[in-house]
Amino acid sequence: MWAMGNLLYQLGSYILLLGKVFSKPEKKRIYYRQFLQELNNIGISSLGIVLIISLFMGSVVTLQTAYNTESPFLPKYLIGLGCRDSMILEFSSTMIALFMAGKAGSNIASELGTMRITEQIDALEIMGINSASFLILPKIVASLFFFPLLTIISIITGIFGGWLSVVVTGVIPVPDFNYGLQYAFNPFFVTYTLIKSTIFAFIISSISSYYGYTVEGGALEVGRASTKAVVYSSINVLLFNVILTQLLLS
Amino acid sequence: MIRVEHLTKVFDDKVVLEDITCTFEKGKTNLIIGQSGSGKTVLLKSIVGLIEPTEGDVYYGDVNFTRLSFTEKKDIRKKIGMLFQGAALFDSATVEENVMFPLHMFTDMSDEEKRERANFCLKRVNVVNANHLYPAEISGGMKKRVALARAIVLNPDYLFCDEPNSGLDPQTSILIDQLIKEITEEFQTVTIVNTHDMNSVMGIGEKILFIHEGRKVWEGNNKEILSSDNEILNKFVFANQMAMELKKARGNK
Repeated sequence: MWAMGNLLYQLGSYILLLGKVFSKPEKKRIYYRQFLQELNNIGISSLGIVLIISLFMGSVVTLQTAYNTESPFLPKYLIGLGCRDSMILEFSSTMIALFMAGKAGSNIASELGTMRITEQIDALEIMGINSASFLILPKIVASLFFFPLLTIISIITGIFGGWLSVVVTGVIPVPDFNYGLQYAFNPFFVTYTLIKSTIFAFIISSISSYYGYTVEGGALEVGRASTKAVVYSSINVLLFNVILTQLLLS
Repeated sequence: MIRVEHLTKVFDDKVVLEDITCTFEKGKTNLIIGQSGSGKTVLLKSIVGLIEPTEGDVYYGDVNFTRLSFTEKKDIRKKIGMLFQGAALFDSATVEENVMFPLHMFTDMSDEEKRERANFCLKRVNVVNANHLYPAEISGGMKKRVALARAIVLNPDYLFCDEPNSGLDPQTSILIDQLIKEITEEFQTVTIVNTHDMNSVMGIGEKILFIHEGRKVWEGNNKEILSSDNEILNKFVFANQMAMELKKARGNK
């Protein structure tokens, strides 16, 4: 009963905060500058690690599929198809979202939490600035803009990783892999993954901002807020992954 | 002038402020003093609107600030400058950018004009050659001075200082006090300073409000404070050795 009450309280506070976030910006030029800064903080700084993860995941998916489907009844090109579809449908949106919940989510929560406990947010409020909108809106917009882009980059890099592993190990002939990559391609899968990544971007940036912005106390609470941001963002990403898959692919 | 009328603040079941009524005058340094946990900061934050009072009103001039909506409060907030206990400078911005921030948000000045105004304010608080440093690269005293420069950059009508001397050495504390007093006279602001530093009380306390356990116990100035016969106030004031010696010296005269 208490847990239910707490959940409803948190949900209510989260919705109220979003109301403040999506109010009219004071000075658009300043918000634009903040947006560019957040693009760098949230997106561009994650590019390197996303490339590395995607490259290796693409390779591993390809090799595992190849070694586990050594049946004469299964055509070799299915390995290329498996690599392509697993990257598009699941890995590049969901796995990258979970990774971003850890990296960008904890970063957002700890940044806002530190601003809260060092009275920087109070300083903005005193000046008559809507601190929620000024600090959180650029983070959400930057995430909505960059997450789908990261997903596309991850898909391309992952497939390249798969192809590279085939070339290096020779586990299947390269033409078979290439044929599989092109076989029965459904363009809606890309739309599906981009919808997912956009919604995950909103979930991660808004939930992490909520936990950071509402911190009360000191450094210990900032750490706790950061952990909560990652945990609740990840749970919601997984939950919405199921819901969106059912809604979009059924 | 700022007028506080019957202000009460209750957190859960705990009464932190009880029926505070007082006025803070223009061109004077008004001090709120009291022990740690007496409710000073809650009173200051209630006056500036960071905390919603449970009961009572705060008037800025004739305007009842407490009853205004968030948007309506904006107009008054633009006239407020505040120096926070920990300075509250934006970590990701340089000294100059911190001071220029209110100008970016609320004026249509050109970049050159903004820079000129920021440099004037930084010079006013004796901060030179630090424009491109980040808050993490400057000392505590300098942070307070930069925060003061940011607080006065828009020519405020109201200046609030929460524990401006906390964590500073006595020499820097005196410097900050002097700056606050000079700025108050120069800009004719209503200045409210929250402190428990007796040096500040004796140095700049033109009007003093003593809070004890959430209640107003005494009101006066730095000339009257040493001769008060209020027991609770005396206990607070004479816990400080320097004030004790001052009292003795006055007694000997």
